[in-house]
Amino acid sequence: MNNLELQKRANDVRKGIVTAVHSAKAGHPGGSLSAADVFTFLYFEEMNIDPTNPDMESRDRFVLSKGHTAPGLYSTLANRGFFPVEDLKTLRKLGSYLQGHPCIHIPGVDMASGSLGQGISAAVGMALGFQMDGKSNRVYTLLGDGEIQEGQVWEAAMFAGFRKLDNLVVIVDNNNLQIDGAIDEVCSPYPIDKKFEAFNFHVINADAHDFDSLRAAFDEAKATKGMPTCIVVKSVKGKGVSYMENNCAWHGTAPNDEQYAQAMAELDAIAADLEKAGEA
Amino acid sequence: MADVKKIATRESYGNALKELAEEFPQLVVLDADLAAATKTGVFKKAYPERHIDCGIAECNMVGVAAGLALAGKVPFVSSFAMFAAGRAFEQVRNSVGYPGLNVKIGATHAGITVGEDGATHQCNEDLALMRTIPGMVVMCPSDDIEAKAAVRAALEYVGPCYIRFGRAAVPVINDNPDYKFEIGKGTVVREGKDVTIVATGICVDSAIGAAEKLAADGIDAEVINICTIKPLDEELILASAKKTGKVVTVEEHSVIGGLGSAVCDCLSEKLPTPVKKIGMQDIFGESGSAGALVEKYGLDAAGVYKSVKEFL
Repeated sequence: MNNLELQKRANDVRKGIVTAVHSAKAGHPGGSLSAADVFTFLYFEEMNIDPTNPDMESRDRFVLSKGHTAPGLYSTLANRGFFPVEDLKTLRKLGSYLQGHPCIHIPGVDMASGSLGQGISAAVGMALGFQMDGKSNRVYTLLGDGEIQEGQVWEAAMFAGFRKLDNLVVIVDNNNLQIDGAIDEVCSPYPIDKKFEAFNFHVINADAHDFDSLRAAFDEAKATKGMPTCIVVKSVKGKGVSYMENNCAWHGTAPNDEQYAQAMAELDAIAADLEKAGEA
Repeated sequence: MADVKKIATRESYGNALKELAEEFPQLVVLDADLAAATKTGVFKKAYPERHIDCGIAECNMVGVAAGLALAGKVPFVSSFAMFAAGRAFEQVRNSVGYPGLNVKIGATHAGITVGEDGATHQCNEDLALMRTIPGMVVMCPSDDIEAKAAVRAALEYVGPCYIRFGRAAVPVINDNPDYKFEIGKGTVVREGKDVTIVATGICVDSAIGAAEKLAADGIDAEVINICTIKPLDEELILASAKKTGKVVTVEEHSVIGGLGSAVCDCLSEKLPTPVKKIGMQDIFGESGSAGALVEKYGLDAAGVYKSVKEFL
């Protein structure tokens, strides 16, 4: 899929995120939007998956370690065809299968997550299992930059580096914001790349909103043998919705009706621009 | 008495893993730098490629086990009960229990018979913690034979299981041809009509000893061995309570949340019956030999006998 197509899909994913969170009147739009391009690249380009056969044994696996950005994952899965896009409006509602944080029973979801720091360990375990059996499945996990303050992340990183799990890609969404403020003002995890290097990862810095950059990073990860890869993606929290960008107040807040209308108008304008770019 | 065969259930655990390895090719064993103590060392020696030492990082170990289960393995996570159920509680709840993964937790060094290490390592809370997790099977075998049977049953069962093992050598009490193990089924090890003593783990032996002393006083005690604390064999307990009208529970665990609480949960709803709970009475343990501790805290046959007499 070319970059323009990916941009269109990512924009659809963003619309789904904003719609789901608005409908739920709760949820986490900021970190979902910052990771929307990464989600899109993984599910529309990178991973070996089949929406008509979500449990396919040979599929690559994805663990959303920063599980609170479930709206981003759900919108991507819906737009990829795992379940109806219309169902995104049931997010967080009683009786909906779209739980507030990823639940293993959702089509396309490989692991329950949401308690920060735990997803990466499960991803590491999957990668180890595939490595032990000589299987070619690859495992991807997405962490928040605030999440890496959790000690378990480093237990998992030490293990993955030691075990040389080259079928594992750890992605850190570096939007620089957490609930209480900027990550380097709350409890700085910087330098993120140097830390993962010290834990025996091959580390790549990439632009979370540039598909050429993401493509190059994931290709490099695939070519890396004998060690796991960490891709630190520099991102903008709330990316795509002007008033949410770089504002930690939108970490876990839903837009009201007026704000929702504005967000959708902005994303529709981007969609129109992308259509025009395609025709040109 | 001196010639009774004794073996620690942690030894049984390690031996069972090794014995079952060929039959269960997907079985892998994880440790957190304690393979020598959890006795999984015998498995490690025989199947080094199937033993994963995670280093001193129990929370990650439980998560890795969850991932291994999702990749088709049947992982047995080994550590001391304090760290497997205590430190990694939330990982067990959220990464194993909530997604309902086929992860087995072999927790050794449970209860006060850890002995000399003292209160920091004497976990008297694990049964309570594990019972609260929806879907978790919780087992506490009483001897070598039951411990091995529980490991096999856990491997045959698909879903999360917690099995509690002890450090100290304990008598083999289930060595009879009729013995058979089933998850969720208790056994009447001594029939009686005056009082029901429900025991688990190493306290089953104490209960049998206490029943013998009570018999000398003309008290006919029924002794029930409950290995599976969850799901509890309610039918067996209700039938016995109906017959005797008085129930005593015995466990090497806090009286809050363990076997005693499970039995009370059942009886209070279905057949209100007076209950005396013997166990750690909301206190921490201390250093000492296993034998001295069991005696001090009234969990040996003499202690159980005394408590039952006071209760009746």
